[in-house]
Amino acid sequence: MQTLFAKPFRGGIHPTGHKERTEQSQIEKLPTPKRIFLGLQQRNGTLLTPLVKVGDYVGKGQLVAKGASDMAVPLHSPVNGTVVEIRDYVSAHPSGIKIKTLIIKSSEDNSWSENYPPINPDTLSQDEMIQRILDAGIVGLGGAGFPSGVKLRLAKQKGVHTLLINGGECEPYLTCDDRLMQEHASEVVAGIELMVRAIGAKEALVAVEDNKPRSIEALSHAASEIENISVKVVPSLYPMGSERHLIKAVTGKTVAPGELSVALGILVHNVATARAVYHALRFNRPLIERVITVSGGGIEQPKNLVVPIGTPVSDLLTACGGLTMSAQRLVAGGPMMGQVIPSPYTPVDKSIGGLLALNEQEVRDDQSHDCLRCGRCVSACPMGLMPFQMAAHSRVSDYEGAQDYGLNNCLLCGACSYVCPSRIPLVQHFSHARGQINAQRSMAQKSALARKLTDARKQRLDREAAAKQAEKEAKAAARKKKAAEKKAKQAAAKAAAGE
Amino acid sequence: MLLSVITLLVLAAIFGALLGFASIRFKPEGNPIVEEIDNLLPQSQCGQCGHPGCRPYAEAVANGEEINKCAPGGEATMLAIADLLDAEPQPLDAEHEADPVKQVAVIREAECIGCTKCIQACPVDAILGAAKQMHTVIESECTGCDLCVEPCPVDCIDMVPVQTDIKTWHKDKPNSYLNLIATDKSGLLIPNSETVA
Repeated sequence: MQTLFAKPFRGGIHPTGHKERTEQSQIEKLPTPKRIFLGLQQRNGTLLTPLVKVGDYVGKGQLVAKGASDMAVPLHSPVNGTVVEIRDYVSAHPSGIKIKTLIIKSSEDNSWSENYPPINPDTLSQDEMIQRILDAGIVGLGGAGFPSGVKLRLAKQKGVHTLLINGGECEPYLTCDDRLMQEHASEVVAGIELMVRAIGAKEALVAVEDNKPRSIEALSHAASEIENISVKVVPSLYPMGSERHLIKAVTGKTVAPGELSVALGILVHNVATARAVYHALRFNRPLIERVITVSGGGIEQPKNLVVPIGTPVSDLLTACGGLTMSAQRLVAGGPMMGQVIPSPYTPVDKSIGGLLALNEQEVRDDQSHDCLRCGRCVSACPMGLMPFQMAAHSRVSDYEGAQDYGLNNCLLCGACSYVCPSRIPLVQHFSHARGQINAQRSMAQKSALARKLTDARKQRLDREAAAKQAEKEAKAAARKKKAAEKKAKQAAAKAAAGE
Repeated sequence: MLLSVITLLVLAAIFGALLGFASIRFKPEGNPIVEEIDNLLPQSQCGQCGHPGCRPYAEAVANGEEINKCAPGGEATMLAIADLLDAEPQPLDAEHEADPVKQVAVIREAECIGCTKCIQACPVDAILGAAKQMHTVIESECTGCDLCVEPCPVDCIDMVPVQTDIKTWHKDKPNSYLNLIATDKSGLLIPNSETVA
């Protein structure tokens, strides 16, 4: 065990933890929800094709939808039940846009539809392991939701030597990873061992923030027998959970802007993902549930819950004693990077690790004031950017100017907004600007396509005109020839007659 | 005296020949400024500027046409062209006011008689069909130029706004009162509606 006392990276903030609300609460199982809502479109917009029809019986763990590529993660039914509807329904996407959703009415039966016999993962080859992880529908459970199998395959190709496991959980309120590490340390460690083998890495480091002593103890204990897995203690500093910052804190290496961590030979995965990998490889079980922290000042009884994917948020609130009178806003994820949930009927998806109901004191909806040029956002920014400058540009819709100040390297971590004494919605400006830039980019692509089509049409019209002209000429030539022949014939006839 | 005159004449002849050669050998195809203006235009080929497409308008602008006639591009395009040509920005006239909502054409397929008139009108060949067969619009290629609506003899083409989906959605600009340094403002303590926007 090793503690790093020096400041692990530049910037960062120490937000109030609020973790005491759920730190002590053991992970509970949510009663099976009556209805499950599985969205058939992923956050990145990829569409999934349903493999079942309305009226079909589906079993717990059955594959119900899959996509065209590995980037589209397959969906499995988290319950036994019947497909009652496939229709547009609100999604966990922050836009609240309705997407095609598979609605399953669950039965009382809570057993797995298949008997998954334990397998000895040692008999699997590396490619088989990665394929199974893909088939199990595992995504990064830290929040980004990137398909884990794709990440592992890339790491294997690039010859990654170190697997870094992210047990940082730097977001305030959230304790789901903390509890998971304490209660399922051996499964997490087993999952890490399997991932190390799947990508052919030399060693694995588990990084845990020093405000989780029990997790550190549990993991160190579980990994004590295994040579190439070691637990690293990192200081509590937001955003420690960011891939780049965790790498910097643990190894001292900096991932260059615009590069991926695999360039340094390091792959980062979340602890919950490690556990899901263990379940997928040892028992061949798909990812159908995850641990979610339900907390915040607007929740009666904050809890850590095992929630089937597709459970409506309202079921989670019910299980936690409902909302208090002062609850004002529902947030998916942590308070720093989380997104406002559009409706209490929103179903949870694979990338939601927390559900917060914030009360009046926690929601800081103050009037923002002028920038004082105090520079606090600059010293807080973990990427070394100048948030006030970027915001000034994006406020007047000068997105290129914002990009010149490094908007593309912004993590959207919200540290700047947290420290701003003028309450300027800095990070909101940046996510708006990012969206605008993406929109402009897709517009430019569309223009390029239109230009290509216009040129193609022009060529086609020219070709057609040329063909018509040629035909006309050919016809005229034929006519001429015919006339000449006729003339010749007539002349010959005349000559014959004359003789 | 004579020597210097001869030297200069010889030099002039050499460079003249060089320039003459270069002007023939490296002659650019077409007007490069037209290409650059064309790149700024939205390529909807809608003809609302009074020219039969984006490229003809780009050529016209290069020859001194007003720069404020592109309706789909709106103010952003006008400013970009003004920036490129170092010209004075001109306000968009009412006729060419930008239409804020992006649209695509949709054919009510049950009513289509298969006359191919819209296919001939489409500047980007985004309509699929054949004579006496039902036609349909390829949505991803439609520029929303409106040119197919008019020729349709049975009025079965609608322009519908493009729906925002998960891929195209992005956050709105936060409604913030972020300004210059506080002391820069003179006497204005309560934000008025202009500065808030």
